[in-house]
Amino acid sequence: MNVSITVNGTVIKEEIEPDLLLIDFLRSHGMKSVKRGCDTSNCGACTVWLDEKPVLSCGILAARCDGRSVTTLEGVRDRAREFGAFLADEAAEQCGYCSPGLIMTTIALLSENPDPTPEETKEYLANNLCRCSGYEGQMRGIQRYIAWKKEQGGKA
Amino acid sequence: MFTAGQYIRAKSLEEAYSLHKKGTCILGGMQWLKMGQGFYSKVIDLSDLNLSGITDEGDSYLVGAMTPLREMEESRELSSLTSGAMKEALRHIVGVQFRNLATLGGTVAGKYGFSDVLTMLLVLDSTVVLYPDEELPLANYLEEPLGNRIVTGVRIRKENLSCRYASMRNTETDLPTLTCAMAKGDGGIRLAIGARPQIAKILTFPEGVSSDEMTGTALSSLSFSSNLRGSEDYRRHLAKVLIRRCWESMEGGEQ
Repeated sequence: MNVSITVNGTVIKEEIEPDLLLIDFLRSHGMKSVKRGCDTSNCGACTVWLDEKPVLSCGILAARCDGRSVTTLEGVRDRAREFGAFLADEAAEQCGYCSPGLIMTTIALLSENPDPTPEETKEYLANNLCRCSGYEGQMRGIQRYIAWKKEQGGKA
Repeated sequence: MFTAGQYIRAKSLEEAYSLHKKGTCILGGMQWLKMGQGFYSKVIDLSDLNLSGITDEGDSYLVGAMTPLREMEESRELSSLTSGAMKEALRHIVGVQFRNLATLGGTVAGKYGFSDVLTMLLVLDSTVVLYPDEELPLANYLEEPLGNRIVTGVRIRKENLSCRYASMRNTETDLPTLTCAMAKGDGGIRLAIGARPQIAKILTFPEGVSSDEMTGTALSSLSFSSNLRGSEDYRRHLAKVLIRRCWESMEGGEQ
């Protein structure tokens, strides 16, 4: 079947298999930030935005995204780099495999709620698992990023 | 992950129904469906049929089958109707990304034994809207096979209710080990217990019933059993705890 999916602002038209998952569609088009982790909709490593909402790309058919807009980390490089530096400063990354998903979900959170409490942050990020860090560094990085954005006079 | 011979985005419910034969599948949010290894000759998508969203119908809310659980969680109307219990029932289900995909229709059609959603809906005056033209009280719907009918939504009647919801999970984002919903209205108290680990069941009690009386009835009339998440004995103990928590919170007026 033929689909037309806008990925990071670029329209991709292609013939695909009916059971192709979005994660495989994206990776076949070079979006290597989208990681296959658990494949059971639990770990969040494959998080992308579908029409601006965070979803698990391992949990949706590419066919279902026909006519819709998908954003991956590659589409928000500048903001990801900005926030990623705060994670790095807190040694919140070890293997880094979960980082793209965490960054995509965190930016989505801050778009919905620019000043979340630590509890709200933890709840929103519940679908992003990290097997290295224990989350403390990530939480510090997020809180410091939010504080820095406020100091800059902008919303997080 | 399942495999599929054909993906079809239905243009009408009539078309979806005519295509929905043995060996085919209606797609909900497909979060549970994708865990299977089956082959479907056709997977039928209802995304283009305007079945997503919460409509205020005056005396009720109609929640479309394709409504994501996240939208229900964030609905001020459903939160107000249920004293915040709907949000509490939904917010522990895996995570935001998951709930942006999982749909009400997928949950209702799947009749999952672990479902927080069904436990919560059972204590509301809710009916399942089916195609072809049929509408059944949720408790009745859960007792009979769905066949090739299509769930198009759930209608929730507006009532003056006080509701509570509690669940126990071994870890955040896991499936629940036990779920408990309670609603107090003009007709008394409704109690639903799910993840026993079987599909949620509802019990009704007159106003003024005590927590101990409700617990006694629940333990004697509902079946509990064991699985990896907990033993039958543990679930029976949890039932006592969750019923009491809901009841004390409701009687104490806590939100």
